[in-house]
Amino acid sequence: MIRVLLPAHLRNLAQVDDEITLTVDGPVTQRSVLDALETSYPTLRGTIRDHGTQQRRPFIRFFGCSEDLSHESPDTLLPDKVADGTEPFLVVGAIAGG
Amino acid sequence: MNKVRVLVGTRKGAFVLSADGKRKDWTVEGPHFAGWEIYHMKGSSADPDTIYASQSSGWFGQVMQRSKDGGKTWSTVGNQFPYDGVPGTHQWYDGKPHPWEFKRVWHLEPSLSDPETVYAGVEDAALFRSSDGGNSWTELSGLRKHDTGSRWQPGAGGMCLHTILLDPVDPQRIYIAISAAGVFRSDDAGSTWRPITRGLNSNFLPDPKAEVGHCVHRIALHKSRPETLFMQKHWDVMRTDDAGENWYEVSGNLPTDFGFVIDVHAHEPETIYVVPIKSDSEHFPPDGKLRVFRSRAGGNEWEPLTNGLPQENCYVNVLRDAMAIDSLDDCGVYFGTTGGQVYGSSDGGDTWAPIVRDLPAVLSVEVQTLT
Repeated sequence: MIRVLLPAHLRNLAQVDDEITLTVDGPVTQRSVLDALETSYPTLRGTIRDHGTQQRRPFIRFFGCSEDLSHESPDTLLPDKVADGTEPFLVVGAIAGG
Repeated sequence: MNKVRVLVGTRKGAFVLSADGKRKDWTVEGPHFAGWEIYHMKGSSADPDTIYASQSSGWFGQVMQRSKDGGKTWSTVGNQFPYDGVPGTHQWYDGKPHPWEFKRVWHLEPSLSDPETVYAGVEDAALFRSSDGGNSWTELSGLRKHDTGSRWQPGAGGMCLHTILLDPVDPQRIYIAISAAGVFRSDDAGSTWRPITRGLNSNFLPDPKAEVGHCVHRIALHKSRPETLFMQKHWDVMRTDDAGENWYEVSGNLPTDFGFVIDVHAHEPETIYVVPIKSDSEHFPPDGKLRVFRSRAGGNEWEPLTNGLPQENCYVNVLRDAMAIDSLDDCGVYFGTTGGQVYGSSDGGDTWAPIVRDLPAVLSVEVQTLT
């Protein structure tokens, strides 16, 4: 079981109140987690990664186990504690000050 | 009993304002999609309870929404806008080729006859059509692939296709406008296009009378005279009486002919409205006075409409999609400002009152007249 925490705007869009839990078959990577997330919540397609290129949108970050995983390859294995559900996979919107 | 429903898109959500035909007491619903930019909402004239909305965010990209119950509840529909084929390039601000990249939907135009068919004008400039209620979108790529496409350049606000006019008489004819490429017409339902810019004069261009490159801010027509178009250009208020073959200036006695909105009275095809803005570097009304100008002569002779509008210390802007006209017997006129006010007039502009005054910056205003 993978735990995913979305930013508020995406929780509203997906109509979820809290963390999402997902089942991922095979290696637990950014790609497999996001694939599972978008399968369960199709309305999120295009909001985290580009429809065509599948690249992370510029103002989105991925955190896990207090590390910034944003620049890892989408096929790199996520930390064990994310993969076993001990820690959540965080989808974060970049801070905008002003 | 007649009713009106005003659809307001703002920087931080959507609002639906409703009133009976007297248009004195208003109900405000919203924000829908709180925190998201709503560039535009528009209802189908074939089924007024079908409303489409463009929801976007610099973080999360484009989302599309559709309501089937007049804006009470909403469902997401398709948000993929794939350019047809290899998109190629247009010119960037520095004059160099720049790949076409989808950024957002600026304008939605439902079909006049089929609530499941809707057009979308997007940035970077292209026209899309959905015939399944917004679930899937197909580019009408003859526009972007026009011979001049590689020479189009963005204006300061981006290279947006912001206006779509469907001819109410000839279903094959569509007009669109792009900042800063100009105005184009299709006579075959969107398959092929050509610029209709003869008569436009833009001093910021190396060739002020160039075929493309004009920063058209908005065009409007009256349903009884679809070959007469009115245009608020970056500078200049323009008019054509031959479907865009020839344009001529009708700025007349306006205090400034810069502005964004332009619209036509519902029952008087020669009565038009603009909101003059001081200049392209000072996006606020001249002298701090928010004035709608009305011409009853199709241009040239303009009168300021000030009753109920702030006449001192007002420095808001009125953006290109932020004026609308209802079709009640006593024609209603509405506009929204970057200061969050939505003003309404139920007497053709003679008197005005704020419907709401503290919304987020208003991006768009549309009105539905309901029976």
